[in-house]
Amino acid sequence: MTTEIAQIRTPAEKALISLYESEKDRLPGNEPVKALRSANFAEFERAGLPHRRIESWHYTDLRSQLREAAPLFAEGSSEFEDSLRHAQPSVPDGYALVLLDGIFVPELSDLDELPGSVSVRSLADVLASGDANLVERLAPKGLGAGDPALSLNAALMQGGVVVDVAAGAEVAKPLIILSVMSAGAVHAAYHRSLVRVGAGAKLTLFEIVDAVEIGSNQQNGALVLDMSDGAKVEHLTRISRQGADAIIINSVLATLGAKCHYDGFALIADGGLVRRQIFLRFDGEHSNAGIRGLSLLSGKRHADTTLVVDHAVPHCTSREYFKHIISDEATGVYQGKVIVRPHAQKTDGAMKSRALLLSDSASMFNKPELEIFADDVVCGHGATVAQLDEDQLFYLRSRGLPRAEAEQLLLEAFAKEAVDNVRNDGARERLMTYVSDWLAARK
Amino acid sequence: MLLEIKNLHVEVEGKKILDGLSLTVNAGEVAAIMGPNGSGKSTLSYVVAGREDYDVTEGEILLDGANILDMDASERAAKGLFLAFQYPVEIPGVGTMTFLKSALNAQRKSRGEDELQTPELMKRVREAAKKLEINQDMLKRALNVGFSGGEKKRMEILQMALLQPKLAIMDETDSGLDIDALRIVAQGVNALRAKERAFLVITHYQRLLNYIKPDAVHVMASGRIVKTGGSELALELEKNGYRDYVSEAA
Repeated sequence: MTTEIAQIRTPAEKALISLYESEKDRLPGNEPVKALRSANFAEFERAGLPHRRIESWHYTDLRSQLREAAPLFAEGSSEFEDSLRHAQPSVPDGYALVLLDGIFVPELSDLDELPGSVSVRSLADVLASGDANLVERLAPKGLGAGDPALSLNAALMQGGVVVDVAAGAEVAKPLIILSVMSAGAVHAAYHRSLVRVGAGAKLTLFEIVDAVEIGSNQQNGALVLDMSDGAKVEHLTRISRQGADAIIINSVLATLGAKCHYDGFALIADGGLVRRQIFLRFDGEHSNAGIRGLSLLSGKRHADTTLVVDHAVPHCTSREYFKHIISDEATGVYQGKVIVRPHAQKTDGAMKSRALLLSDSASMFNKPELEIFADDVVCGHGATVAQLDEDQLFYLRSRGLPRAEAEQLLLEAFAKEAVDNVRNDGARERLMTYVSDWLAARK
Repeated sequence: MLLEIKNLHVEVEGKKILDGLSLTVNAGEVAAIMGPNGSGKSTLSYVVAGREDYDVTEGEILLDGANILDMDASERAAKGLFLAFQYPVEIPGVGTMTFLKSALNAQRKSRGEDELQTPELMKRVREAAKKLEINQDMLKRALNVGFSGGEKKRMEILQMALLQPKLAIMDETDSGLDIDALRIVAQGVNALRAKERAFLVITHYQRLLNYIKPDAVHVMASGRIVKTGGSELALELEKNGYRDYVSEAA
């Protein structure tokens, strides 16, 4: 006999339940979509907000951190032109698709410039038509299953984009999904986008979550990336300029066919509380994935990067490399799980995490996990947490660099090694400028 | 007097390393400090350069008449002090040219001078590199990363040539050098000898002093200078060793 212990609901959980009740009929979607929402919400209700006793959320206790669940955007408070204008200069040249408060706004996006090989639709429209095949694609089976933040996202998704890149296409400029929030009272956005990259197609995809310092909002965004055989994607992410109390959840659900190349890089800087989670699965052989990132943390900010890389088939390679620079009382988290299924022979996996702590109160938690069920594999991991090297600092100072400048030089070198993984020139330069400015402002 | 050290007492974690050391070096002079292992030679160079891990319990260090003990290492550098490290530090990710430019301009800024523009800097670096047989490829790499021992020492001399210090302390620059590298390094130092500049050459062996002829030789033992003489003193030490001085100081 099992006894259900009734969980005590936090005020935020209660608010989310009533939010769902009041919004569910207004959220886009036909009957199959409604069914998807309600199944996911039921799952969320059962689990509640993730907390420290859920292993994958151990270091990011959302249940205690999310004190108030903000309502969805209230009509009439929009001052988005400002947010957008401020966000633009840091956005590299490309095709921008703008999500405002989680909802795709075609008139602010560069749809006219899109090449014929790329089609973009609004998620809300797609949900309304409710093509069963597409609905299934929006929530790929077995990826991130049971994650409460993802369940909540699926239940409440308001908007997003559905992008299809034709087979064999080489998209010249980056496709940029720019997510901004309007000014006004604290509000929340739930968005989900689906990007399908056809066989052999090449794409640079850049997700930018930028609040332009307008406030502390709550965002739960998910990106579903579906790569057909031979597709090549550089997936960049920047989560930046959020208020200190902002709560940002950014999930990636990626599936790779055979002979694919996935290169991910994420910069998290000034994010409030950030949880970035990547669920990536190899569905075809001879593919490789590089998942990398840099988080810059100050104040009491928190950034959690959690990966689950599933080698479901043989002959695939994965590389994970994350760096953190953490000052003040900030906290960095890196959890990387690599699963090698029993028949996934010849898997090659290597995971690395390096953190620099700039103060005694800064914290870094590393949790690499290897679940290997095959015998002919090469997998390894390593994590270091250190302070700036005093010998290096003294050497630089003895040549005339004041301490602050010497620190800046070393930190830039540490960060640059990570950012240099970005292949797209324009994006790399802008990301590095952002990093340099952040480091210079730290003093 | 360019450098004047008066009654310097230095401890590390309560252990006395320098015990009332006094030393003067005049402008235009090459002074050598010789002494056995553990006599405090490297401590002396670090303390003068401004490393914080040492407790100066007594004494003064005057550079050009100003007490530098309260100055940060970077201020001392801007005032004209240079330490050629025994073990130059590798700094991954920091390009050699970026570093040279940052160092030179930080010193110029501190002295109220204009920044040196990149083309002029490149020109100066190339000239200095050529004399020291440093190839262009080394300048493109991260500072000291993957350099051999000899390359690192030559890079120290290159920095010295660019920064044009008033006082250069060479901390066992000869260690780990083969005879060709030693000759190149010594030529680099000799080329910088000038009436307004002084060198303090710290070494175990007389060998280096065959190439860099000192004006004065100081013998250091147990944390202080126990004998001062001319260049002939180095030859005497090479012949008889440090034994007499070690027992004398103890």
